Amino acid sequence: MYRYTDFDAGFVAERNRQFRAQVARRIDGSLTEDEFKPLRLMNGLYLQLHAYMLRVAIPYGTLDSRQMRQLAQIAERWDKGYGHFTTRQNIQFNWPVLGDVPDILDALAEVEMHAIQTSGNTIRNVTADHFAGAAADEVADPRPVAELIRQWSTDHPEFQFLPRKFKIAVTGSPADRAVTAAHDIGLRIVRAADGGIAYQVLVGGGLGRTPMIGKVLHDALPEADLLPYLEAIVSVWNLLGRRDNKYKARIKITVHEHGIDEIRRLVEARFAETRAAFSGIDQVMLAGIRAAFAPPAFRDAPVDAYHAARDADPVFRAWTDSNLAAHRAEGYAIVQVSLKAHGATPGDASALQMRVLADVAERYGHDELRISHEQNVVLPHVHLSDLPALHAILRAHGLGTANIGKVSDIIACPGMDYCALATARSIPVAQEIALRFDALKIEHQVGDLKIKISGCINACGHHHVGHIGILGLDRAGVENYQITLGGDQGPDAALGQRTGPGFSADEIVPAVERIVETYLAERAGAEEDFLATFRRIGMAPFKAALYDAPDKEARADAA
Amino acid sequence: MPRAFTPKVVTGNALLEGDVIYLTETGDWTRDLAEAEVLSDEADAQLRLLDAQSRPGEIVGAYLADVTPGPRGPEPAHFREAFRRKGPSNYAHGKQEHRPGAEL
Ligand code: SF4
Repeated sequence: MYRYTDFDAGFVAERNRQFRAQVARRIDGSLTEDEFKPLRLMNGLYLQLHAYMLRVAIPYGTLDSRQMRQLAQIAERWDKGYGHFTTRQNIQFNWPVLGDVPDILDALAEVEMHAIQTSGNTIRNVTADHFAGAAADEVADPRPVAELIRQWSTDHPEFQFLPRKFKIAVTGSPADRAVTAAHDIGLRIVRAADGGIAYQVLVGGGLGRTPMIGKVLHDALPEADLLPYLEAIVSVWNLLGRRDNKYKARIKITVHEHGIDEIRRLVEARFAETRAAFSGIDQVMLAGIRAAFAPPAFRDAPVDAYHAARDADPVFRAWTDSNLAAHRAEGYAIVQVSLKAHGATPGDASALQMRVLADVAERYGHDELRISHEQNVVLPHVHLSDLPALHAILRAHGLGTANIGKVSDIIACPGMDYCALATARSIPVAQEIALRFDALKIEHQVGDLKIKISGCINACGHHHVGHIGILGLDRAGVENYQITLGGDQGPDAALGQRTGPGFSADEIVPAVERIVETYLAERAGAEEDFLATFRRIGMAPFKAALYDAPDKEARADAA
Repeated sequence: MPRAFTPKVVTGNALLEGDVIYLTETGDWTRDLAEAEVLSDEADAQLRLLDAQSRPGEIVGAYLADVTPGPRGPEPAHFREAFRRKGPSNYAHGKQEHRPGAEL
């Protein structure tokens, strides 16, 4: 893992010292809210519906046990004993009081963490594949370059007053678990013709009000050109971006309005200038960072105990079937720990659970943890022989749910239970869907199905790329939920299509149930997953099930 | 004929705790909507809002929220205000911690 240099530590300490003084000046009345607000947002502090909220960056989703323990400590000491992991690999604390925030930031700095650039019109926390450095299908670990981008973008003087926020994601695997096509810039590490690596650069992706899939700006950019090329892209947009209208300010609109070819021409012209300004020091630094991400010393041990446990314990077997992914090293697995126990709030972990995760990471996982954009926790390197013991510990702490990728592994943004921008709630919808399918006992029969819920058009819950997407809206003073089907977050990312009119809070769970029933009735076999079935049969059967079902009157009565 | 004025309360978030507060008749802050001053005159409502906004050391983001007067004091007119009054629905946190059993 990357360790802060003296420069990094000094930089964060100085920012924290400044913010402590700014908070004091706000509290003693020297600063007005208008003066203070941009300062607190620069440090990740929002004011939400019921309280302040502190958003802490987890760069490229990577944590070690020491950091996870500190997050637990913060949750307990200054919050309400839990934290919420988000789709941007951040953690949010929902209940800090203003006067405590400087102490929280100092506590974060002790473990090389901060909340800088988790808000505001800057380059935000760089996200990456949560299986980075472990996945069997990986071309290269995306984290070194994500760390390089983090260093380049943090406090970059040209990019502190961008037209809007700017999000970069990196994947090192063709499976693209980082949803790169839905980011302002998406980077995909690919094999170059010479056998080395290169970067496919996507630009102009984004969800929100005007969802767009990113377009390929460069097919195979050499690694040495990466930073100057990124600088050229952001610089071109910084000048062209629509500062007159915040709904048109994101780069996706700039790309849409000017066309990808014109953007490419402008970027190339700017790149000629930025390239010349890079001396190569970035590549020296990248080599140093890469060394910090050297893989752990994997061990060679028998795996009989694992197979014996699978044969003996059906609960363990079910968990390994759904929560493990293929590891690059022989005898190892990637473990996804579900933060989606049926009926729980997606992405929430209690302080105790965080400590348990820190302990098992230290004991069984080479001291590594990842946060996935799907709001789960990943132990990237676990030897198969350790899985039975690990599973027993996880189960004892409500962390053993065997539902990764299933109907109850729902992404849900905080929605109107916390978020000041929300138009409807999302958490209770996720809770009810999960409980309903758990009661029906058909989750494993249904197989892979991604439900994603946002509480407003900003789409933090990625609903556009959910196989089933749910968007909560305010329709004439009542919560109303719009459904999209057929979205895909993978390498061939696609936006879902709307089914038609939305559903009330009472109707939304039965509506999802009818969609799933339709899928089960129509699928060609158990191997054909929801998305494949939707692509084959189209929207019509689902529409029919939703809107002209014979029990329509019964539904109207119930409403 | 002038449009009927929907009754309002002055609300916002407390500077230090960040929680939801309402302005009372005496010019104090309350955490309980039932104790808030109901403003049924538009000019009066604007004045009370200006008064709240002139106290930046106490309240952040003061605004007027629609309410429906009821026997137990003002009730929220919109569901967003109902959630602000009650707290989140996934845990009994926020105002629910202090008023066990409080109804939405
Ligand atoms: S999608 Fe909307 S409601 Fe949900 S977290 Fe984002 S801004 Fe808030």
